[in-house]
Amino acid sequence: MEQPLIIVDAERSDRGYWKDVWRYRGLFTFLAWRDLLVRYKQTFIGVAWAVIRPLLTIVVFSFFRYLMNSSTPIEDCIMIVSVATIPWQLFASALGESSNSLVANSSLLTKVYFPRVIVPLSTIIVCIVDFLLSLLILAGVMIYFGHVPSWHALYLPVFMLLALLASIGTGLFLAALNVKYRDFRYVVPFIIQLGLFISPIAISSADVYASTKVPDILKGLYSLNPMVAVIDGFRWCLLDTPFVVNQTGLILSLGVTLLMLILGTWYFRRVESTFADIV
Amino acid sequence: MSAAIKVSGVGKRYELRKEGSRSYTTLTDSLSGIFRSRSAKEEFWALRDLDFEIQQGERVGIIGRNGAGKSTLLKVLSRIVKPTTGRVELRGRIASLLEVGTGFHPELSGRENIFLNGSILGMTKAEIKSKFDEIVAFSEVEKFLDTPVKRYSSGMYVRLAFAVAAHLEPEILIVDEVLAVGDQEFQRKCLGKMKDVAGSGRTVILVSHNMAAVQHLCERAIYLRNGQLVESGSAESVIATYLRAAQGPAAANLAVRTDRNGNGKVKFISLALRDPNGNELSALTCGQEGRIELQLRNESRSAINGLMLSVGIDDNLGNRIALLSNEVTGQIANNVTGENVTANIILPRVPMKQGTYGLTLFASSNGEVCDWIQDAVMMNVDAGDFYSSGKLPPDGQGYMCIDHRFDIK
Repeated sequence: MEQPLIIVDAERSDRGYWKDVWRYRGLFTFLAWRDLLVRYKQTFIGVAWAVIRPLLTIVVFSFFRYLMNSSTPIEDCIMIVSVATIPWQLFASALGESSNSLVANSSLLTKVYFPRVIVPLSTIIVCIVDFLLSLLILAGVMIYFGHVPSWHALYLPVFMLLALLASIGTGLFLAALNVKYRDFRYVVPFIIQLGLFISPIAISSADVYASTKVPDILKGLYSLNPMVAVIDGFRWCLLDTPFVVNQTGLILSLGVTLLMLILGTWYFRRVESTFADIV
Repeated sequence: MSAAIKVSGVGKRYELRKEGSRSYTTLTDSLSGIFRSRSAKEEFWALRDLDFEIQQGERVGIIGRNGAGKSTLLKVLSRIVKPTTGRVELRGRIASLLEVGTGFHPELSGRENIFLNGSILGMTKAEIKSKFDEIVAFSEVEKFLDTPVKRYSSGMYVRLAFAVAAHLEPEILIVDEVLAVGDQEFQRKCLGKMKDVAGSGRTVILVSHNMAAVQHLCERAIYLRNGQLVESGSAESVIATYLRAAQGPAAANLAVRTDRNGNGKVKFISLALRDPNGNELSALTCGQEGRIELQLRNESRSAINGLMLSVGIDDNLGNRIALLSNEVTGQIANNVTGENVTANIILPRVPMKQGTYGLTLFASSNGEVCDWIQDAVMMNVDAGDFYSSGKLPPDGQGYMCIDHRFDIK
């Protein structure tokens, strides 16, 4: 009979952590399955939630865009905004859910062992399912306006993955901070709210970069936002708008995503063993 | 046979915060903490220098009073918390059962919760599937499998949860006090199941206050006090040691206690429970007169003034429920000269209900702490007819009887 030897040593960090994560993949599936079941159990509210949130955002922001720039016909405004809202919603909900996940599952953390990283990661599955549902809205909008995307659409999964990576890195970091410092519960909604306005949802990156009113330094900061690359990517995939972020901008944006992923994972791993003591 | 569990030099330190009882903090606290002295934190060792081995297939009970570190030890063994010092080696798959129904979701049905809970406890999907029928049969809730568990009665809930847990087949099973749930018959069933599990060559570690259960299930026991190992050996002899220590006042020789604070000018020597005629009792009786007799020694060779004595009474979770003190009764003693001092606390009608209470003793002279022994002794109180109505106050409804009557018009 196989009998793995497990060593818990106060001086050293656990070895084979990522192997453990793999061994506990069943739990990952079950936790994601639980969240999905609970969300979609009351079918109407579950589906409505996934649809209404992006839909309302689209309506409001399309109207904003139309007001700001009335030379663009309203149907173009709706398309430009919807294509941006869907990935933004994925990022925002994945970030929000994962940052809150450890505290929300505190009873699990204090009663059983498993690699804690499973909790924030599993919450993201629901967000992905919501995202896939909201893609249907997008399809609806496109069919309604008779728009057929080009072969660029094949790149869509790449940008979706980028949005996920951006939310996972930040999410792990904030989830771990949230266990120790409970006031991060107020910080996260603020980050998400602010992000909605500094990401190109009602605006277009092309306008930002072309504007003479925006100083160069702000343009640089603007392209550090990982969601700029994601949203511009979505627009490029589905609407064939030119990919205006220059190469440096794209690399910067990818760099920030990667940095957050490393930082988030590092911090999470560093404080993980104390979660059960303080949650 | 090789060791399934090897614990060497394990300690666990917690930092207690003075203000509030929450363990987490806020950023605001941390920032404002920079300007405060660091002495606000107090260290507390829940476990200290533990060394022991548990062989494969052994059934071991861990006993000790509340706060002795039993639960912390279980959490360290099940890898939920990390020890501050030392090292634990575990051979084999571990499942820990620290609570019944961990991860149960009220909105999900019984069927769904079986799968969820099973996987949280470490079963694979295939294992749960193959045992599903057994689990359902054991739980006796077949009819309600597709009902959300929020609609279950608490009995059904517990049965379903235990049924899942009872079908775990790890090499090492760690169980905390979960036998104390459910009705008598179900408890018996659970005990039987535990015995089967243990009989099949698995290592079982059980924490319980129920000495009968420990004696029944375990061949070995480990006795913890203040986070340290007092005795480890055959269940019978360790339980005997534990019971002798917990036996109460008669056996409580306080003179030898070292876990005390104060300047030592006055020291508690012993504590005894007595009836109004001065006969020694092993327990007070609710509603009857009883005395707590404290023997103290004046070590200062001079008269003691402003002698304040108090006895704090704690429930079995360590919460203070009452304080007996000669300060509140206005009986501070002055000019106490003899070497031996006897203080009798007379309780005309013992208000505590049936149970075991921890007593904390405190003595001070003119505001200076002389002697302070936390959890000095355990005091047993027997059930009694407090209200002289022929009815016993119901269990689980508080700790104290309050003198009262109804006037209904």
